[in-house]
Amino acid sequence: MTEPQLDRTAAAIHVSDLHKSFGHNEVLKGIDFHVDNGQVVCVVGPSGSGKSTLLRCVNRLEEPTSGKIFVEGIEITDPDIDVDKVRSRIGMVFQQFNLFPHLSVLRNLTIAQQRAKGRSREQADEVARRNLAKVGLAEREDAYPAHLSGGQQQRVAIARALSMDPDMMLFDEPTSALDPELVGDVLDVMKDLASEGMTMMVVTHEMGFAREVGDKLVFMDDGVIVEEGRPVEVLENPRQERTRAFLSKVL
Amino acid sequence: MAMTPRQRARVSRGVQYTVLVGLVALAAGFADWGLIEEQFFQVDIIRGMLPDVVTTALRNTVVYTACGFSFGLALGLLLALMRLSSVGPYRWLATGFIELFRGLPALVVFLALSVGVPIAFPGREVPGDVLGIATLALGLVGGAYMAETIRAGIQAVPKGQMEAARSLGMPYSSAMRSIVVPQAFRIVLPPLTNELILLTKDSSLVYLLGYTLSSVELAAYGRETLNQENNFTPLIVISLSYLVITVPLAVVVRRMEARAERAR
Repeated sequence: MTEPQLDRTAAAIHVSDLHKSFGHNEVLKGIDFHVDNGQVVCVVGPSGSGKSTLLRCVNRLEEPTSGKIFVEGIEITDPDIDVDKVRSRIGMVFQQFNLFPHLSVLRNLTIAQQRAKGRSREQADEVARRNLAKVGLAEREDAYPAHLSGGQQQRVAIARALSMDPDMMLFDEPTSALDPELVGDVLDVMKDLASEGMTMMVVTHEMGFAREVGDKLVFMDDGVIVEEGRPVEVLENPRQERTRAFLSKVL
Repeated sequence: MAMTPRQRARVSRGVQYTVLVGLVALAAGFADWGLIEEQFFQVDIIRGMLPDVVTTALRNTVVYTACGFSFGLALGLLLALMRLSSVGPYRWLATGFIELFRGLPALVVFLALSVGVPIAFPGREVPGDVLGIATLALGLVGGAYMAETIRAGIQAVPKGQMEAARSLGMPYSSAMRSIVVPQAFRIVLPPLTNELILLTKDSSLVYLLGYTLSSVELAAYGRETLNQENNFTPLIVISLSYLVITVPLAVVVRRMEARAERAR
């Protein structure tokens, strides 16, 4: 078998006719979707619309029922693919942070570098410190997650994902578990990332962020993509009735 | 006349204390203190048991328990991971093993290993003499219990931990080893310590294997001295020796549980 070729000129993420069912419950009903290199795509929609499931399919935390997903030209839904290799190119940030509570902040950032990327302790430490500085938490490398605020924890989680040098980042409602006054710090870090040209797919309820930073806004409802387009257009002139109904509730 | 809740509580507490004091007084009144001292607290006998009861018997009890617990812990972790495996036969094997050794009295396991093995495999026996059989028997019984505890601990670690590790590209085995299992062990430390207390007591079954001057543990040593002296004092001495091991462990468990409660 030939090693599939990484093609960084292809779309970062390309999803075609994706279906996903949990038992009899069909959560994704045929999704076609793509994210270009360097694009920031925000996915919005009511809870239960399937947006998190779509995101989680992209790094195979959920196994699609049918359909294909390509990441940088490689079909990751191919059962023969080395899923660990795919995942180390895709950073993932969770709503609940999911930091490792038994490890210090620095160790949270280095453990996967060493176990999955085979970096030495010194190399891993260096990369970790660089990324901690980037999210403004260089001082806290010896702290344990429980001693950090939610906003700090989420910034550590972002730094942890960045330490694997991913080609793109997935965000699953990164600010939904935060106290309102802490949301801004996390969004600032994400804005910095976007301005550096990081490819990002963000499931979010932050319409302000989508409008300001997003290149594309995707509105999902009931397992399908109802509408997509430039954020300003979708937010101000939604074409679909369902989009209009949703936006009138959240804006 | 109606009482206020506070008065009612006071009366109820008063009744409880009265019952307690009454029972103690009754027991003290019926007891023959002279006889008790003669039969249970003979200083000469206590002196005669020292230092052997500590340097040999207590030491051997600790050694058998520690070896059995270590083996049981490793076995328990293996069985727990097998129970959670996606490979069916591993799960069935582990479940069968756990149910078998949880269901059998430790006594039966000791007899099976010491008497059964030489009969079933003529000319062979469990290697390592008394320590070998004690380690194996205590480990098999303890491991079966600990497997279920450890499995529950692994399942109590939030699913997001495994997901976060896997999404960073860590392979399953590596994520299990460095992320999930260490957290699971923190959760199950109190119940595992309880298991250690139980094994300390089960180690008394080593007396079934017969004993020599150097391999004797607390229970056998106590029985032996009891027979020689025709007096109950040795029983008191070995009871206290067991408590010297188990009470500090119990205190440690309670501390850990209190700390876990606060951390919540």
